[in-house]
Amino acid sequence: MPMAKPPNPNSQKNEKRPQGKVDEEEEEDGSQVSDLDDEQSRSDVSSDGDPFTDDFLGGSDEEGEELRSESDESDLEAKSRAIDEARARAELEADEELRLNIKEESDEFRLPTKEELEEEARLPPNLSNLQRRIKEIVRVLTNFKTLRQEGASRKDYIDQLKADIMAYYGYNEFLADTFIEMFPAVELIELLEAFEKNRPECLRTNTLKTRRRDLAGVLINRGVNLDPVGKWSKVGLVVYESQVPTGATPEYLAGHYMRQAANSFLPVMALAPQEKERIVDMAAAPGGKTTYIAALMKNTGVIYANEYKEPRLKSLLANIHRMGVTNTVVCNYDGKELPKILGLNSVDRVLLDAPCTGTGTVCPDQQSIKTSKSIEDVQNCAFLQKQLILAAIDLVDANSKSGGYVVYSTCSVMIPENEAIIDYALRKRDVKIVPCGLDFGRSGFIRFREHRFHPSLEKTRRFYPHVNNMEGFFVAKLKKLSNSKPAAPGAPNTSEKTEEAAAIDDDKKLRKDAPNGKPEQLKNSRNGKGKKKIGFKSGTHSEGKVSPSKPKLRKKWKFASREEISQAREEKRKSLKKRKV
Amino acid sequence: MRPLDEKETAAVFEKLFKFTGPNLKHIVERPAVEGPDDPPGRYCFRLHKNRVYYASESLVRRSTNVSRARLAGIGTCIGKFTHHGSFRLTVQALDLLAAHARHKVWLKPTAEMSFLYGNSVLKSGLGRITDNVKSGDGVVVFSMTDVPLGFGVAARSTQDCRKAHADAIVVNHQADAGEYLRNEAEL
Repeated sequence: MPMAKPPNPNSQKNEKRPQGKVDEEEEEDGSQVSDLDDEQSRSDVSSDGDPFTDDFLGGSDEEGEELRSESDESDLEAKSRAIDEARARAELEADEELRLNIKEESDEFRLPTKEELEEEARLPPNLSNLQRRIKEIVRVLTNFKTLRQEGASRKDYIDQLKADIMAYYGYNEFLADTFIEMFPAVELIELLEAFEKNRPECLRTNTLKTRRRDLAGVLINRGVNLDPVGKWSKVGLVVYESQVPTGATPEYLAGHYMRQAANSFLPVMALAPQEKERIVDMAAAPGGKTTYIAALMKNTGVIYANEYKEPRLKSLLANIHRMGVTNTVVCNYDGKELPKILGLNSVDRVLLDAPCTGTGTVCPDQQSIKTSKSIEDVQNCAFLQKQLILAAIDLVDANSKSGGYVVYSTCSVMIPENEAIIDYALRKRDVKIVPCGLDFGRSGFIRFREHRFHPSLEKTRRFYPHVNNMEGFFVAKLKKLSNSKPAAPGAPNTSEKTEEAAAIDDDKKLRKDAPNGKPEQLKNSRNGKGKKKIGFKSGTHSEGKVSPSKPKLRKKWKFASREEISQAREEKRKSLKKRKV
Repeated sequence: MRPLDEKETAAVFEKLFKFTGPNLKHIVERPAVEGPDDPPGRYCFRLHKNRVYYASESLVRRSTNVSRARLAGIGTCIGKFTHHGSFRLTVQALDLLAAHARHKVWLKPTAEMSFLYGNSVLKSGLGRITDNVKSGDGVVVFSMTDVPLGFGVAARSTQDCRKAHADAIVVNHQADAGEYLRNEAEL
C-alpha cells in the first residue's frame, strides 16, 4: 500500500518520542502507520545514516524508485546487500514485535499479585472477572511451556484456579482440591459447568404392566415431550418437557412407569437378574431398582428388599405395590446383619447401591453437597461401604447355578468410595471383577496419586455428567469364585503389595506352590549339607502341619521351619557329642 | 406373621367376594410364579401387624427367618384390620381385584382426575358399566383405556344408573390409586 506521507517529518517526530512506544494517535490513523513508525524509530537507532533503509521502509514507493534510479551500477551490489540486510532487519524487528505483542497478551493473563487479591477480597466477588480468569488459567495450563508467566510455577496457577473455583462455583476446599487432582484442567471446567445444570428427567417403563411404545404414546397424548433415553436401554424414556406433572398421571398411579434417574438403570442392567433367582437389594428405598429387578425377573424368584432407615420403608412399600411387584420380602435391617439373618452363601445375586457422599449428584437442586462434604464424610462412608460389601459378598453363594454376582454402585466420584472399596473386597474375599455389560462410560482408575489398585479395576465403570449426561456414578460387578474366606489376620500380613497386584488366582497358585516347593528346597539344602535325617524330618514335620486353608498353611510352615532349624541344630550338636564320645 | 384364623379368613373372603364373586376361587387357587422353586406353589394369606398379605407359599417360607419386628412386608398387602376388628381393603389390592373383578365401571377421561382425588363417581363421569350390577356390589373402576384407577361400592344398579340424573352418585369411592401420593404414610 503506497503511503502518501513523506517519511522525513515522521522520522523527526519519532526521534522526539521515546522509542518502542506504540503511539495511540498514530494508531488511529491505521495500524500500518504505527508499525512503520516503530520500524522507522528503531531503524533510526540501528541504522544511522543508512539512507536506503530509511527510504525503503518508511518512504513511499515513488521516492524509493527515484533514489534507485539515481544510483550507479557499482553501487547496485552494495545497494542490494543493503536491501537484503534491511529485509533481514525488518524480519527481526517484526519477530520482536510479535514477541512483544505476545508478551503483552500474556501480561493480561498474569497471575494477580497479593495486593490485587486483597483488593478483590474486600469488594464483592466480580463473577465475570472470576470466570474470565478461570478460563485464562485453564488456557495457560493446557499449553504451559509457551504461555506461562516468568517466575510463576504450575502450583501458583493451580492455587489461583482453586481459589477462583471456590469463589465462582461455590465449592468448599476439600471438593475443589479433589476435583482438581482428579481431572485435567479443561475437563475440570466441563465437569463443573455440567454440575451447574440439571440432569434430564427419566422414566422407566414397567414391563410388568405395559410396553414402552404404548406408554410413550399415551404420555405424548397427555402432553409430555419425551424420547427413548438411548440405545443402551429398552425401557427408558427421557422427558424434555411436560404440560402435566409426570409424577401424577393416571398411568403413573397405575404403576405403568417409574420416575428414575438414568444412572439408576445401570446397576440393575449390570446385575442382569434371571428368572427364579434369589436376589438381595441391600439398600432398596425408594424402590426404583428393586422394582426394575422384579420387572426383569417377571415377578418370579424372590427379592429381599432391605432398607435400614425406617421412614424410607413407606416409600419402598408404596412403590412395590404401585408397580405390581409381588415377589418381594421387605425387611428393615442393617445391611451388615443380613448374612446372619438370611444365612451365609444363600442367594444368587446381590445389589449394593451403597450409601455414599453423593458427590456425583451435584446439580442446581442439590447445592448443599458443594459445601458440606469433607474428608471425614468420605472416610466414614468408606468404612461403612467396606463392611457392607463384605456382607454382600458373604450373602452370595459362589456355587449358585446361574449367579454368584455382586454389583456395587455409588453415586459418588470419590476414589476412596469407589475403586478403593472394590480393591479392598478383592483383597479380603475370593472374588474377581467381571465386565459390567455396559459398553459406555469410562473405566475406573487403576492408579491415582499414591494409590495402586488391582489392574482388573479397569472393568469397573465411571459415569460423569459432562460425558454421559447423567449423574456422577460408579458401577462394579464382582463374581464370587469360592465360598472360602481368606484368614483375616494372616492374609494382609503375608501378602505384599506386589503379590496383591497379581490376580487372585495367581495368589492362590503361589500359596499352593509355596508349601510344596519350599520343603523340597529345604530338603535339598539339608541334603547338600549331609543331613538327610533332618531333611526327612522336615518333610514329615511340614506335612504333619498341613492345614485345610492355604494361607494358614503358609504361615504355619514358616513356624515349622524355625522349629525345624532349631531342632536341626540340636541334633547336630547331639551327633557331634556322640562323635566326640 | 401367622396364618389367618377362621374369623379373620371369613372377614377377608367376604370383602373379596363382593368384588370377585365366584372368581374368588381363582384368587385362592392360582398357581404361584414367585419363588425359585420350579413346581409352582399356591398363594396364601398371612397376618402381620394387623395387615393381611397375599403371597405365594414359597415366598412365605423364605421370609420366616426375618424377625417379626423387622419384617415390613411380603408379597402384596391387600388390606388391614382396624382397631375394632373389621377388615378393610386398601388400594394395594387393586391389581389383584382388577384381574379378577366381576363388576367393572369405566370412566370418561374428564372424570378420571376427580376420582383419583378421592371423589365418588357421578353419573356424568360414567362411561360404561357391566350389566347386572346390583346396589351394594363391589365395583372396580377403570379408565376408558382399561387402566385400573381404584374400587368402590356401587350405589345404584345398572338399570338405575341409566335412569339417574347427571349429578347422582353411581359408585361410592373406597380406594383409588391417587392414595399412593396422598396417603403414602397410611398405606
